[in-house]
Amino acid sequence: MALRGHPSVESATWGGHGGPPLQPMFLSLKNVSRTFGTTRAVADVSLDVNQGEFFGLLGPSGCGKTTTLRMIAGLERPDSGAIEFQGADITYLPPERRGFGMVFQNYALFPHLNVFENVAFGLRARSHTKAEISERVNSALELVQLPGYSKRAVDELSGGQQQRVAIARAIAIEPALLLFDEPLSNLDVSLREATRGELRELVTRLGLTAVYVTHDQEEAFALCDRISVMVGGELKQTGRPRELYDQPAEISVASFLGRNNLIKAMRLSSSKTSMGEFKTLEGGHTLHLPINHEDLAPLNKPVYLAIRPEHVQINNNSAENSLRASVREIVFAGATSTVRVDAGGLLLEALVLRTDGLSVNEECNVILPPEHLKQLKTATD
Amino acid sequence: MKTDRRSVALLLVTAVVLLYGVVYPNLSLVISSFQRAGSWTLANYREILSQGIVIEAIVSSVGLSIGTVLFCALVGVPLAFLFERYTFPGRRLFAAFAALPLVLPPLVGTVAFIFLAGESGILAHGIQNLLGLQNAPWRLRGWPAMLLFHTYTMYPFFYVLTGAGLRRIDASLAEAARSLGASKFAVLRRVLLPQLTPSLLAAALLTFMTSMASFSAPLLFGGDVRVLTLEIFRARQRGDFGMAVTETVILAIISLGALIFFQRYEGTRKFAAAALKGAPRRRESIGSGAARVLATTAAVIFAIVLILPVATLILVSFAQEGSWTTQTFPAAYTTANYQRLFGDSYAAEVFFNSSVMSAIAAVAALVWSFCVVTLLRRGTTTSKVFGEGWRRLLSLLVLVPWALPGTVVAVAVAEAYGQPSLLLGSFVLVGTFWILPVVYFLRFMPLVVRALQASVEQLDPSLEEAAGSLGAQAWQRFTRVTLPLVWPGAVAGTLLAFVIALGEYVASVLVFVPANRPISIAIASELRDFNLGAAAAYGVVLIVIISISMIVAGRLERSRN
Repeated sequence: MALRGHPSVESATWGGHGGPPLQPMFLSLKNVSRTFGTTRAVADVSLDVNQGEFFGLLGPSGCGKTTTLRMIAGLERPDSGAIEFQGADITYLPPERRGFGMVFQNYALFPHLNVFENVAFGLRARSHTKAEISERVNSALELVQLPGYSKRAVDELSGGQQQRVAIARAIAIEPALLLFDEPLSNLDVSLREATRGELRELVTRLGLTAVYVTHDQEEAFALCDRISVMVGGELKQTGRPRELYDQPAEISVASFLGRNNLIKAMRLSSSKTSMGEFKTLEGGHTLHLPINHEDLAPLNKPVYLAIRPEHVQINNNSAENSLRASVREIVFAGATSTVRVDAGGLLLEALVLRTDGLSVNEECNVILPPEHLKQLKTATD
Repeated sequence: MKTDRRSVALLLVTAVVLLYGVVYPNLSLVISSFQRAGSWTLANYREILSQGIVIEAIVSSVGLSIGTVLFCALVGVPLAFLFERYTFPGRRLFAAFAALPLVLPPLVGTVAFIFLAGESGILAHGIQNLLGLQNAPWRLRGWPAMLLFHTYTMYPFFYVLTGAGLRRIDASLAEAARSLGASKFAVLRRVLLPQLTPSLLAAALLTFMTSMASFSAPLLFGGDVRVLTLEIFRARQRGDFGMAVTETVILAIISLGALIFFQRYEGTRKFAAAALKGAPRRRESIGSGAARVLATTAAVIFAIVLILPVATLILVSFAQEGSWTTQTFPAAYTTANYQRLFGDSYAAEVFFNSSVMSAIAAVAALVWSFCVVTLLRRGTTTSKVFGEGWRRLLSLLVLVPWALPGTVVAVAVAEAYGQPSLLLGSFVLVGTFWILPVVYFLRFMPLVVRALQASVEQLDPSLEEAAGSLGAQAWQRFTRVTLPLVWPGAVAGTLLAFVIALGEYVASVLVFVPANRPISIAIASELRDFNLGAAAAYGVVLIVIISISMIVAGRLERSRN
């Protein structure tokens, strides 16, 4: 089953408010909120997940992504809002009646049961026959490449193996939806990448829909068809990984997703139709970039412009948006180097392949290509 | 070389104490049970086991203990679930008093119970006067009385250990089970209870052994029910030492048997905790009105039930002697009981005796604990001269006096040192002041060893290594690194041993002499003379001392964390 590029996967929707779908969404969160004491863990979150999609919830720790996942699982009740699954309201349905598999961050394997009994747990709750249970447990263990581990005690397994058992346990019940709560965060780096690939492959092969919570941007980008970025309990932006990276809607998203140069600037009146003219608050440089006339920044009000370090060029070519700057620091990191420059008070970071001819405190020419300069929607400090 | 000499000294001290205190007395006890008039015989056992009374005592003791375990579990486990997993008004009120019965000396508790629930107690008189009955509506006698009292005093084992067990269970286990389709009841049965099994077994063992060792309750309101501890006491009173010794061996075997049985059972199953730590569970708020009212009512009622015996004791301690006959409450109040307690030379002597003997025992236990813990600790230079097998034997020997009922410890020491002996030569310990400090030491030193061991285990071994690498000698490492870090735990354990010794009765009643008459003996004799107010006043003062010590110990424990 080819799941990537699913026809119903739409392009980025800002904040997740799309038009009403023709048929019920597979999973739909509608204005869901949850408060703990005085903390608003999840504030008015709406999102839709399509069938067969690998959907990511990405954000820094404490952003409410795990609480959102737990509400989908039924382990937490929203204070307001609704959760719908295939058109049915499941907001208050107890977790055991949802039939969603969940893989916990700490795996939550039952220490008093062996591998077989852990995987069989959900099947016993569903009163399958003995033969059926045995067959499904064994095939689940084969899927996670742990055949022959049935009789092992879970505490004899390595972290990676425990993680596989947790996945086998979740898929053995043939879940309608698979939920992952940072399942790879307890594995070491080398194992994490290998497991990531297997996990994605397994979910695709079984034709499952997954919601995957992580704080690791790289992990989310590698795994997910679409991602919602959450910051401070709010859902900031939903879209495909590429779109989020290239078109961050807000400063919080831009600064969370990788390194970014954030430039405070004000829009000046412009005669050109497709290019906007901005003056930076630090250094007073004039920058040009393509603008969207539907979403114009107000005149004389500071906004943020963003450009990735890898798009900042340092060379002597004459081009638009070139600034004189002095090199402050050169950090060698193998294949690339980070060069920090000061353009009359505007501090910028460039990721370059070669640093020939550059030395600290020397002058250089910095180019900010207009096509890579993005104006962020909000510029709140 | 220096370290080696130190190790040898530690080993020597430890070995001598264990030989004199544990090995020899218990061996003498067993040997005496097989001897009569200097020759080997099974006559003692044959005689005892042919007597219906003794069989009855064995059956009653075991039956009482099993019943106590069941009742304590029925009360303690549901309470632990309610108060550990939910939050509602009144929860803290109950939680504050939940462990109160544990610190009440058994004799004081028994006395308080008589004043509260006995046939001439406040409750019985109250109902009698209210309904105008001829006689008291009940008698606090026999099985129901003992089971009631045992449940009151020992349910905290189940409550505390189940609560701790529940706190340890990773919240995500129950959540995982529910996401896999298990109902709330299935989660309880298939996840929580199996996880709680070690806690429940530990609670059952503690309850069983405490109940087997129980003496005050059977003595004061056991009625016709014979239990082993009481039969041993009576046999010694009669001067039938052969019978007392043999019954003591039987009591010891049952207690140790229970210990082995429970530990075996625990060993057959796997209860390993999850390798990774998860989030502890948040207490759920009880939302629905009726359930909330019910829970709060339960909390208040249980808190009152817990406080009532102590409140009664305080009330009666102010009663004028002879003023409390058929009324619900004593008719006249006075501070005379306390004045007598503080003015009287006899009372002063009793308090002095108990304090001095308990202090000797507790301090000795503290010093000796450092020897034992140093030897038991892995990875230190000292322990390298000492193999794993020896270490296990040492832990076992230290635990033996804890596992044995106080009656057994006292009878064993009396048997070993009641006449000129192999170890002490012509010195006879029995009949001297020192017999009680020795018995207290043996009974309560396992507590101090455990407290110290817990503190030392929390200590990062690299701290001492760091001190060593900075040039600190062994004694400097001990006084400047180890001691400052472990002393709060050690002192807390010592205080606990001190207060328990202060109210000790079971062993004291068997071997005390006029020169070392302790508080508990004074309470019992006041009670026998119907000086209820005086008996109560003794109890109240004892409770006050215990409370202060427990608060200090609690502060120390907290300062450690």
